[in-house]
Amino acid sequence: MLNSLSHFDLQQYWWLIMSLVGSILVFLLFVQGGQSLISTLGKTADERNMVVNSIGRKWEFTFTTLILFAAGMFAAFPLFYSTSFGGAYYAWKLFLIVFVIQAVSFEFRRKKGNLLGTKTYDTFLAINGYVAPFLLGAVVATFFTGSAFIRNEYNLSFWQTELYGIEILFEPTNLALGFAVLFLARILGAMYIINNTLENTIIERARKQVAINTVSFLVFFLYFVYQLLVMDGYAVDPTSNQVYLEANKYLNNFLAMPISIVLFLVGVLLVIYGIISTWFMKSTKGIWFSGLGTVCTVLAIFFVAGFNNTSFYPSFIDLQSSLTIKNASSSHYTLTAMTYISFLVPVVIAYIYFTWKAIDKHKITKEDIKEDAKHHVY
Amino acid sequence: MIENIDLTLVNWSRAQFAMTAFFHWLFIPLTIGMTYIIAFAQTLHVRTNDPEWEKLAKFWAKLFGINFAIGVGTGIILGLEFGTNWSNYSWISGDIFGAPLAAEGIMAFFLESTFVAVMFFGWGRISKKFHLVACYLVAFGASLSALWILTANAWMNYPVGMSFNPDIARHEMVDFWAILFSPFAVNKFLHTISSGFVIGSFFIIAVSSWYLLKGRSVLFAKRSIFLASVFGLVGTGLVILTGDGSAYNVAQHQPAKLAAMEGLYDGKEGAGLVTVGILTPGKKIGDNKDPFIFKQEIPYVLSFLGYRDINAFVPGINDLVYGYKSDKLEIVSASKKMEYGRIAMQALSLYKKTDNSEEKTMALQLFTEYQPFMGYAHITSPEKVIPNVPMIFYSFHIMVMAGFFLIAVVAGLLFFSIKNKVENHKWLLRLGILGFPMAFIASMTGWIVAEVGRQPWTIQDLLTTSVSTSNINSMAVILTFWMFFALLSVLVIAEVRIMLAAIKKGPESTNTKGGENA
Repeated sequence: MLNSLSHFDLQQYWWLIMSLVGSILVFLLFVQGGQSLISTLGKTADERNMVVNSIGRKWEFTFTTLILFAAGMFAAFPLFYSTSFGGAYYAWKLFLIVFVIQAVSFEFRRKKGNLLGTKTYDTFLAINGYVAPFLLGAVVATFFTGSAFIRNEYNLSFWQTELYGIEILFEPTNLALGFAVLFLARILGAMYIINNTLENTIIERARKQVAINTVSFLVFFLYFVYQLLVMDGYAVDPTSNQVYLEANKYLNNFLAMPISIVLFLVGVLLVIYGIISTWFMKSTKGIWFSGLGTVCTVLAIFFVAGFNNTSFYPSFIDLQSSLTIKNASSSHYTLTAMTYISFLVPVVIAYIYFTWKAIDKHKITKEDIKEDAKHHVY
Repeated sequence: MIENIDLTLVNWSRAQFAMTAFFHWLFIPLTIGMTYIIAFAQTLHVRTNDPEWEKLAKFWAKLFGINFAIGVGTGIILGLEFGTNWSNYSWISGDIFGAPLAAEGIMAFFLESTFVAVMFFGWGRISKKFHLVACYLVAFGASLSALWILTANAWMNYPVGMSFNPDIARHEMVDFWAILFSPFAVNKFLHTISSGFVIGSFFIIAVSSWYLLKGRSVLFAKRSIFLASVFGLVGTGLVILTGDGSAYNVAQHQPAKLAAMEGLYDGKEGAGLVTVGILTPGKKIGDNKDPFIFKQEIPYVLSFLGYRDINAFVPGINDLVYGYKSDKLEIVSASKKMEYGRIAMQALSLYKKTDNSEEKTMALQLFTEYQPFMGYAHITSPEKVIPNVPMIFYSFHIMVMAGFFLIAVVAGLLFFSIKNKVENHKWLLRLGILGFPMAFIASMTGWIVAEVGRQPWTIQDLLTTSVSTSNINSMAVILTFWMFFALLSVLVIAEVRIMLAAIKKGPESTNTKGGENA
């Protein structure tokens, strides 16, 4: 069935799939955003428990999507996996640590004998809530700003600083996207809690947080977008596969791919509409508009990073070591096999939709957080 | 390929992976095994409307939930560690190794984590039938997840369905089905899943036996023991059956691992299976010391298990290192293989460097001829093709002995459960408690045999562990080793304390909805 597709077709298809998974992951960071707001939205133990139980029922979706993103990149673009994970070592290890502490904290926080106490586990959740979106944003920004690595003739990569990823934090554009993703996650987290709880005090505080975080988000996001449009980008000559710097490459990519402009503009407008509807119109459905808007915007950013003869993981130390969807990908055979497996994705989305609906039919109330409740409680 | 190998980096990278795998493996088999028992107990509740079965399902699901969270947390470390600590491996084998991991994410992990949420939060909120389906989907998802990860692991032990692409210096997949259905993969999956059944069963047996010894929750504990014993007996039976399959596969494709498992230095026809033995300390490959201070063996059994022929020749460590030749068989020495490996790598280097097309063709021909030995180019001495013999030998024998102990205990528990007298046999209940750590010991030692026994290779014969690491400073690995060790140790202590507190509290407080108590 897929025999007629060329290797390059499949490489593009897989960049599209990974862009989609990455975009959904950024939307699902509302869980992290919510975690960073636990003590802001919950002033009493009951309120904090409600916030935790609201976002806690979705943490596995974010976690699983993150794993799928990593595994998908491994399978589709193994050279990216080996270069980035094996080079930006400390950044990814820190990323792992904050996800390990998240995985246990929901389950352990109120359990008898948990060793560290509820406050510590809530602090773990807050750490994950702040660090994970920030780091993810900063690492994705290196898709544009580049990293310090070289590849040898066997495609084995060597990071060129002993900071192993910490140097990502020295580049203002990386910081800007990191903070933008963090504040976006907090906006989405507040919106989700508004949608998912029936406690007015919490909802009012969450609305206020949507407004406050929007200001910070806009500052960092606009700075990142400005930099993206004016910076020199890493272009690839389609004939020789040589990588070179091109002025305003990412602006040119937007212009060369109208779909990315449409996605970007529609996405930004939806995010803003979600915020306005939550803040001014007192709507509880802002999460769906801003969530969809987030997916569209991030999708456009991924398109600009990888399509139109662009290096999606450039090396600023050695341009020819840069990774493109052509040189970093798996073989034609593997991508074909993976493409058949990817056809299951709609099935996965369908059952997630139905189970999400089933779980969220009942909004969180104070009754739901009692430790002797008939169902599972965090 | 790699000019200078940093052994500190290699050893700490191995230590970090072994440490995180150890922590992960504390939780995963328990998760796999318990999901089926929970689903089966819930089925009995749905069929009989008996609330005691639901109490049983709910209580074990509560303990499963505590375990599940940390299992997931340790799992993500392992997955990403292939990239962070084994980046050369990730490139050289990523075309093959990445696909099962992605398939796991798409097909299994979402299934498991989505329906775990339904299982936990749906109790009393959604229809019983939908909830029951969710319980089974969790169990199915956990097993499917194991299938993919074990397929990837099996490929490292028995690399099939691939070819080497010299242009970009990596192995590439050419036959997906050969990888998925290789005898190693099928056997490894069944062996590991059934060992999960055994560990899950013995966890339930141990806790329930403690309740019976304390005279608490008698009906709950007796039913739990009965149910877990059935699963445990089926599990141990399958473990033995698939263990035989594993031994056969190892004999065919990893003779060094088999020789280490049996402490067999000099190969022979009609080799016996060592049932119990003490190795001579300080024994080195090539010296004249007797390998054993003491051993008991069953004649011909090793030949039969390995080759289905009681007179078959089983090669020993010396044969594999120094070579062997007879009328029927020739084993190339390790030093010869190292020479071939170096020829292969030199040809590959020439192929990549030269622009002369004639030279390129000749280099490729030479490389293709010697490519099966390419991994040996990075072996530094012939003796290093043999894994750590004492570690493999003792691990293997501890695993087997623990396995026979477990089957005897579980059979006894099932027998007295059927007679409805299990609570009267306190000695058996105490053995049931002991069975849980024994099941873990069997499982852990089994992994040591499988993984340490594969050394010095990450991909059998094709890629050494020393070349597979990331090209980073060893200090980075040492630092993160201790960070993860400290973090995971604290979390494991917390997990154990929570488990013990929940067990102490017992199932009495578990809410149930349903019909009259039977």
